[in-house]
Amino acid sequence: MLSEGIGSNIKKSNLITRRMFIASTAKAVVFFGIISRLFYLQVEKNKKYLTLSDKNRIRENRLHPTRGEFKDYFDNIIAGNLDVYELHVIPEQVEDFRVLITRVKQILDLTDKDIDNVYKVKNKQKPWETIIISDNLTWDEFTKINYYLYDLPGLKPVITVGRNYPYKEVYTHILGYVSEVSKDDLQKNETIKKRNVPGLRVGKTGLEKMLENEIIGTNSVQRFEVNAYGKRINQIDYENGQQGKTIKLTIDSEVQIFTKELLKDKAGSISVMDIYTGDIIAMNSSPSFDPNLFLYGISPEIWKKIKNDPLKPLLNKTVSGLYSPGSTIKPIVALSALENDVITTNFKVNCRGHKNPLEMHGGKYHCWKKEGHGYMNLKNAIKQSCDTYFYEAARLLGVDRLNLTAKKFGLGEVVLGNYFNEKKGLVPSTKWKKKVIGQNWYLGETLINGIGQGYIQTTPLQLCLMTAQLANGGHKIYPKIIFDKKSESVESIMDKMKLSEQANKDETNFIERTEKEFDSNKKTYPTLYRNKENVKFVLDAMFRSTNEVYGTSYSSRIEDPKYQFAGKTGTAQVKRITEKERELDLKTSQIPYKQRDHAWYIAFGPYNNPRYAVSILVEHGGSGSSAAAPMAKKLFKIIIDRHEEREKINNKNSTNI
Amino acid sequence: MYLNTSLSEQTTFFQKLRSFDFILLFCVLVLGILSSLAMYSTDGGELLYHSKSHIIRFAIFFIMMIVISFINIKTWHAIGYIFYFLVLGLLIWASLFGITAQGSQRWIDLYFLNLQPSELMKIAIIVCFAKYYHRVQIGNVNKAKNIIIPILILLIPTALVISQPDLGTSILIGLSGIIVLWLAGVNVKYFFYSTLAFIISAPFVISILKPYQKMRILTFFDPDKDPLGAGYQIIQSKIAVGSGGITGKGFLKGTQGYLEFLPEKHTDFIFTLYSEEFGFIGSLFLLLIYAILIFRILRIGALSRSFFGKLFCYGFGSAIFVYITVNMSMVLGLLPIVGSPLPIMSYGGSSMLATMLGLSIVMSSKIYNKQQIA
Repeated sequence: MLSEGIGSNIKKSNLITRRMFIASTAKAVVFFGIISRLFYLQVEKNKKYLTLSDKNRIRENRLHPTRGEFKDYFDNIIAGNLDVYELHVIPEQVEDFRVLITRVKQILDLTDKDIDNVYKVKNKQKPWETIIISDNLTWDEFTKINYYLYDLPGLKPVITVGRNYPYKEVYTHILGYVSEVSKDDLQKNETIKKRNVPGLRVGKTGLEKMLENEIIGTNSVQRFEVNAYGKRINQIDYENGQQGKTIKLTIDSEVQIFTKELLKDKAGSISVMDIYTGDIIAMNSSPSFDPNLFLYGISPEIWKKIKNDPLKPLLNKTVSGLYSPGSTIKPIVALSALENDVITTNFKVNCRGHKNPLEMHGGKYHCWKKEGHGYMNLKNAIKQSCDTYFYEAARLLGVDRLNLTAKKFGLGEVVLGNYFNEKKGLVPSTKWKKKVIGQNWYLGETLINGIGQGYIQTTPLQLCLMTAQLANGGHKIYPKIIFDKKSESVESIMDKMKLSEQANKDETNFIERTEKEFDSNKKTYPTLYRNKENVKFVLDAMFRSTNEVYGTSYSSRIEDPKYQFAGKTGTAQVKRITEKERELDLKTSQIPYKQRDHAWYIAFGPYNNPRYAVSILVEHGGSGSSAAAPMAKKLFKIIIDRHEEREKINNKNSTNI
Repeated sequence: MYLNTSLSEQTTFFQKLRSFDFILLFCVLVLGILSSLAMYSTDGGELLYHSKSHIIRFAIFFIMMIVISFINIKTWHAIGYIFYFLVLGLLIWASLFGITAQGSQRWIDLYFLNLQPSELMKIAIIVCFAKYYHRVQIGNVNKAKNIIIPILILLIPTALVISQPDLGTSILIGLSGIIVLWLAGVNVKYFFYSTLAFIISAPFVISILKPYQKMRILTFFDPDKDPLGAGYQIIQSKIAVGSGGITGKGFLKGTQGYLEFLPEKHTDFIFTLYSEEFGFIGSLFLLLIYAILIFRILRIGALSRSFFGKLFCYGFGSAIFVYITVNMSMVLGLLPIVGSPLPIMSYGGSSMLATMLGLSIVMSSKIYNKQQIA
């Protein structure tokens, strides 16, 4: 019994030991499995989980970047910043959205329409996207909402930066405006995408848009630790954002405002340019609109009104408007004809008025003057703007030679580069017509080109540049609207111009010069002429046009040599004038607005020592001499007076350097 | 037989004290210290409620364990069934009159401690089986009667605990019992068939589970499906462990636990926090301590002359192993989340009480290892 029991017990012991051994082996395997898992998580995938853990723990709150300011030449702020108090909410973080909104409605006295809008936005967006309940809280409302914040979880009062334009509509076409960022902005601009925060406002047009990446500024970043419920525990880091770059323009606000007043209630454009430095002193397109309207989102009614205004306030006419230059092209036609030895200054044409038009290949080519000018030499033809003379000059010259000269003086190319949505305009040539229209060039087209009609199209700024490049004696300059500390002084530019003038004398073949010389990086100021006398001749003719009897802008002259200027009028037809209309000989006011001529005036001054070039366009203003030239008279007084102020600043700057 | 009796009776108190397993005691102390540090960390580096009560409990139960170790293994054998039925009674009591917390009725208020009888059942089932199979001859183990009775002994408490509901503990009780059945020599084919039956019935079992339990199992397979809901715990726990790296973030520097990303960080997820702060090396160290502990328990079982002692030690050592692996696999995302504490490390009086009780029975079989039980 005992032995049997012992035997059985030994058997039992052996069994349990055997089973225990199997179990222990299993244990070892499982333990190894757990260690492998630990190794995988903690060693292999450590980096991944470390990042995840940081994301868990650290919340970033990016604040609004502060936009750089815009200043005029005299350091007046023309686009600044102001604090805007907004109220944001993220639906996902709110327990009961309806209750919250009802509370907010009570506290802020919101209207039912506001609330409807909030729900509309909410239905459109993802639950984690911010809804802006209000972007226009007063300081009182802002403090009030902050006071109640403790029992309104999920609500975020935010101080953001808004744009302020103290000069209102004066700078709209230069600066553009800012408005809330759109999906399109985010897609097209990587920088905006990176800096984006709810309620961010970005440039939509003008320099605000083109310089966006420089002026947007960087976000301040608040980093804080949160627990699992998203509750802040403490702030661990605050990174100060940098305000965007401040941009100084070459514009003089005084002149700019004055140009606005000149164009009041008219559609048109005025540009003023320094003929040496290329500084744009004023650049105005009329009508304009107040960019401050966009601060809190423009109302649809006002926007519609602006958009549908027949005077097109949204268009920056100075750089994006294309017009026939009319008679303002005549100085270039004259210069081109002289340079190419097609005519001499004594070349004469008999103008018999539009009763007896020039007939050629079945076409009739009229002069604007009914009675005709009689026998005209070149100087008088410019002075009195005789069309018949220039038909003949253009015919002799040919469109392709005119094309070369016009392009040299800045037509057919953008003036300021990429800053604006600038139009190139068009200076036609036989090649161009063949290529684009697919037809041969007709001689008649050359003729009307000679008086600035037909295919040729220019922007007001191009004509301003053309005038400037004539006025400085025929040298290439580099127009700019953004002030550059490092830019050359006028004296240095003048010296360089003299050098290139000297070099020009040694060269004879003007036409074969290559475009390479005009590479703007070199910043030389090459001559654009072959014979300096030709330029002088044209400038003298322009002087007579303004300051001698029978000159087209004689009535707008200033006799004081300090302000005395020289210019050329232009009257550009917007439609072909029928024989019937010609006979009626209607006054401007009798013609429907849309069919009236565009009035042009280009000028430079002071004549003795030229410094500034001006181009003035009045859309459908009638004749250049009656609508545009009188503006120049007023304008030059201001420009020359302001010149002294400008020099003071320049001297200060140069002594500082 | 008389020989053994006389031997044991001749040993003095000091001899008994000397025959304590000091390596085992040392391991328990190390675990106590590590768990106190981890608990201190969950309190945010302050001696607050959880850390304080954990340390006090550990001290009390540690001393209790040493004292109870002097109870003769014979006595445990004698009261084996009574102990089982007593705990079963407590379980029924808890189900009827217990305290309900987090939707589960599993505690009895004992004023100084909220006792969770299901934790004690983990030990009681092993004691009960050890006694049962102590008597059964090797040839009779696989007889029908000796299969049916143990299954009933196992099923009743397991069913009770499931109904509380407490899936985790019932699984642990079930696994502890099954391991003892295996060790006792139940034929392999039974395990094979029952496993097969379980797999076949699994879909049906899952369908009668509570929705939250179902969700847990489903999210285990795809935690990212619901990262803020049921998958949250698994994801956050993995992030915590993974971000610990080789050396860990340092004591009190764990961000996941500190910032309350870890659910139940005091109890079931204490290893997550520990692992985040002490890293791979720290985790290996903890596993090593547990391995030594289990090894010592099994060793004591191997040296134990009585079949009861042997079966209990093997059973208990294996059960501890199961607790550890289930808990760790769970927090490391290898198993679905079921409530299962890590022995000694986790906060919770009943769990610690049960573990210490088990250890004292192990210690008793060491002290009285020459004891033969009739």
